[in-house]
Amino acid sequence: MLVSLKWLRDYIDVELSPEEIAGKLTMAGLEVDSVNRISPDFSGVVVAKILSVKPHPNADKLSLCEVSTGDQTFPVVCGAKNISAGDIVPFAKVGATIPGGYTIKSSRLRGEISEGMLCSEEELGTGEDATGIMMLPDNLTLGEDLAVALDLEDVVLEISITPNRPDCLSMTGMAREIAAMTGGEVRHPDIKFEEKGENTDTLTSVKILDSNLCPRYTARLIKNIEVRPSPAWMRMRLEAVGLRAINNVVDVTNFVMMEYGQPLHAFDFRFLEEKRIVVRGATEGEEFVSLDEKTRTLSADTLMICDGAGSRPVGIAGIMGGLNSEVKDDTKDILLESAYFNPSSIRKSARSLGMGTDAAFRFERGIDPEGVVNALNRAAQLIADLSGGYICRGYIDEYPRKIETVRDIPMRPESVNRILGTQISAGEMKDILEGLEMTVRENGEGEYLVTPPTFRVDISREIDLTEEVARIHGYESIPVSLPGLSAGTGTPNDKRTLEDRIRTIFNGYGYSEVINYSFTTPTSADILGLSRDDAGRRLIKLEDPLGEEMSVMRTGLVYGLLETMRKNISAGNHDLRIFEMGTVFTDIDEELPMENERMGGLVTGSRYDRLWHFDDGLHSDFYDLKGCVENLFDALRIRDLRFKSDCDRPFLHPGRSCHIMSGGKTIGFLGDVHPDVLDKMDIKGRTAVVFELDLRSLASLPSEEMIYRDIPKFPSISRDVAFVVDGAIEGRYILDLARKKKENLLEYMGIFDVYVGSGVPAGMKSLAVRFTYRSATRTLTDDEVNEVHDRLVERIVRHTGAKIRGMEI
Amino acid sequence: MKEALENLRRKADEEINSAKTGGEFLGIKTRYLGRKGLLTDLLRGLKDAAPEEKPVLGKLSNDIKKSLLEKIEKALEDIESGEKHKFLREEKIDVTLPGRGARYGQLHPVTRVEGEICDIFSTLGFSVIEGPEVELTYYNFEALNIPEDHPARDIHDTFYVTDNVVLRTHTSPVQIRTMEKQSPPVRILSPGKVYRPDSDISHTPMFHQVEGLLVDENITFGDLKGTLTFFLRQMFGSDTLLRFRPSFFPFTEPSAEVDIQCVMCRGSGCRVCGHSGWIEILGCGMVDPEVFKTVHYDTEKISGFAFGLGVERIAMLKYGISDIRLFFENDRRFLEQF
Repeated sequence: MLVSLKWLRDYIDVELSPEEIAGKLTMAGLEVDSVNRISPDFSGVVVAKILSVKPHPNADKLSLCEVSTGDQTFPVVCGAKNISAGDIVPFAKVGATIPGGYTIKSSRLRGEISEGMLCSEEELGTGEDATGIMMLPDNLTLGEDLAVALDLEDVVLEISITPNRPDCLSMTGMAREIAAMTGGEVRHPDIKFEEKGENTDTLTSVKILDSNLCPRYTARLIKNIEVRPSPAWMRMRLEAVGLRAINNVVDVTNFVMMEYGQPLHAFDFRFLEEKRIVVRGATEGEEFVSLDEKTRTLSADTLMICDGAGSRPVGIAGIMGGLNSEVKDDTKDILLESAYFNPSSIRKSARSLGMGTDAAFRFERGIDPEGVVNALNRAAQLIADLSGGYICRGYIDEYPRKIETVRDIPMRPESVNRILGTQISAGEMKDILEGLEMTVRENGEGEYLVTPPTFRVDISREIDLTEEVARIHGYESIPVSLPGLSAGTGTPNDKRTLEDRIRTIFNGYGYSEVINYSFTTPTSADILGLSRDDAGRRLIKLEDPLGEEMSVMRTGLVYGLLETMRKNISAGNHDLRIFEMGTVFTDIDEELPMENERMGGLVTGSRYDRLWHFDDGLHSDFYDLKGCVENLFDALRIRDLRFKSDCDRPFLHPGRSCHIMSGGKTIGFLGDVHPDVLDKMDIKGRTAVVFELDLRSLASLPSEEMIYRDIPKFPSISRDVAFVVDGAIEGRYILDLARKKKENLLEYMGIFDVYVGSGVPAGMKSLAVRFTYRSATRTLTDDEVNEVHDRLVERIVRHTGAKIRGMEI
Repeated sequence: MKEALENLRRKADEEINSAKTGGEFLGIKTRYLGRKGLLTDLLRGLKDAAPEEKPVLGKLSNDIKKSLLEKIEKALEDIESGEKHKFLREEKIDVTLPGRGARYGQLHPVTRVEGEICDIFSTLGFSVIEGPEVELTYYNFEALNIPEDHPARDIHDTFYVTDNVVLRTHTSPVQIRTMEKQSPPVRILSPGKVYRPDSDISHTPMFHQVEGLLVDENITFGDLKGTLTFFLRQMFGSDTLLRFRPSFFPFTEPSAEVDIQCVMCRGSGCRVCGHSGWIEILGCGMVDPEVFKTVHYDTEKISGFAFGLGVERIAMLKYGISDIRLFFENDRRFLEQF
């Protein structure tokens, strides 16, 4: 909310500077976002007196004036007709600037010197009157800066009012807060006026059909008004707080809303059928043209202000009036509405209609139920004053349902201190609450019974009073302490420990962590080529996404990693090693989706930064990432890990991908990204390898206990054999053939070379395998080793049809 | 004879001092100390010396022998190591060329800061608990004293999945889920992703929060101040100035916002702090009794406080990042800086 300090000073005297006021309000919970100084759009304009006016010798329409600023006189050529000697007028001296960026210069008009310019309201931007020179009051000091003389400068505070403080959405509300902080006194406007003519209740009536949504509706009639622009002081106040001045009726309703926080509405009485008001719920689908000339379709729970028999709406209650009863230039009689509407009903309607008006904002937060009539009278007074009309006798106050206000909240001072950790005396608490216009009485048992003022709709419980005591006592005065430690707290989180471990491991391999949005585009499933029944298509959709590309929750990490790759490549970062850990979401036809924690990684481009050590072309490939995954399992001491080919993930290269398996279950996948997917993502001509692992599965795998085994005392014997096998035979198969025999002496077995080329028949490959044998209790002899070794080699040959390279069998 | 010995020593020292090569030193050694050397020669005359002089002369000649030997050995060692050194010098490499191997990868700055926050609170006995990111409106709103059609909902714009399922707008639902299962004392920290439909230089539709909850007997607003003061001074330095000012959150009362003195301008006012000298860093308050009622805690016996802070916001302050969207662009040149 914008608060004009000039306006505020109508209600309270404050000695403080704007910055001090801002500081105090902020520390009392009314956060001041900015302090803005506003000044008129001119400078160098002063108060001057016309000493003489003579006709211009060479021009009929101009006159020659002598103008005094008190200590100096200036010759001025002027074209206006409304001036005469003795008038006090605004005088723009040579060098002055006026709105539109004009600078006044000394000039010669038809041969006569003019040292400045007399200004109209319109020229100064202080009003619309362009018909003549602006006439100033006689009591101003000649030569004084006009902005100062007319008090045109102001300071406007921009304040964030939290939803619990609707009472501060007005100038008097702000004045009350300042009074509570500074000990000052609020000056309430003096509401006095004369009532004339007929009794209001003989001229009109109000009927409330839904007293739940409209517990109170008050109205007055003001007749014989003249609609015209409001005076400058009113316009300035409204414009300072960001409201547009319209006319002397609408402006008053806005002015009083800003003054008291009570939204008001004026209807042109001649357009009200049967001269009466009926308040009822809308009919579903009913159409209505609001003041902003938009057609609104209403739902049944929207409360409407209607006329006549209640068939024709003239306003959406608490939100906006109707075009059909708008106050116009020729309006003579008005019905002024000041009502209380059900806050949540207004909020619901305003939201569904998308009409967050100033009125709705206040009604939905809760206005002062006892301030309704006061605001009605204040507005009536001002309209009558400014428009020349008269206020009919009496007023309508339809109040079918008492609006409950809170009384006698029990408050135990020790309970307040228990929550705050303070030693504030009961007396100080009483003083604080009374300073906030609360009534405090003792119940004789050391408790207070506190009745808050009706505008403090946020206060109904002891804790609310505790907050008020703390707020005014000052948060900074509450002593600092530390809570004691209780038993049974501070247990480590295994999942996060694992995640941190994985991060460290992958950082060590040169992989940087990325965080992608959890939302993605629904087309990701198509780009990845997921089949119709793929679980990755069980998407959680957002009702109001920020865009199609962020409209569903991700079901996997790969698409996000590829997006990250695409963005980096277009930014010129061609080499990437990245990983991510995060949640994926699958719709499982229950209230909440299934959430799974996943880890994914991607590598593309060169294995190392291109440096002097390495030739160009060290392109990362499948085995780079596979190595990381293997080492991850190794570091976590999970021994059961298999990579199974023929992975069915459609976004992976069918020949270069695999399932990651452990405990007989698939817990992830690894592979080159399918070239078609890269094409579709506009990252043609590159390769990328990705993997994804289910973290919960990973966490549940058994890890090998850490138990020390003696370092071998006896030497080992190794045998290397190159098996020439069919190209389709996988290395793992050969290793398993030997390992399954569980030969005690076989300590290690591994493939150390893969060769395809001359010397190896087409379609075949040579796998060089090292067998290492060792006994824990003795030094092995060649004969012992040969016996086992030959058995193992023979088994491999038998099962694979292998030829031993460099040896005829 | 004594004089002859002294002369010999002087002469040998002169030769040692002027010798350069290993050969010269070896020559000196042979000439003086060899079997037919000058010192040996001289000592043959020892038998003719007076009996009372014999021990003195014997000692002198031994000293001379020992001293010459030491000097020559030392000189020979120096020559040898000098030559080895020279040889090794010729194996010189360019030590300014970069080292080999993959560069260490980086933690995402959000992870880094979130970890730091969790570490500080774990020293105060907080346990880290996580919860679902897609959440029932009951846990995200109603149980936290944010009824439907209440203006308090304006604080959080929300992504809806269905009428009663949302992307959580804060990690507070974890507090409710925890209190439903556990009776006091409760001392938890819930970090995680949260979602609000907003996107500009200071908002992203997804961001990270860490929220804390402490419930026990006799927990006071003073404890809240003390705990958060400890945290912020750990995070931003022991001389960090901070202030608690009243605010509003539906699930706490009294509520506060905590500002720290601007880390950029030290309070004198700059663009980062909007010229106020203060930066809003977290929201907190005493848990509202309504919240305790929904989890059936006895508000007469226990009390507690809760707080929440945005991880990106703290990372932005710590590292001087001015656009929050950079966190989720994942540009390598951004990531490599942390």
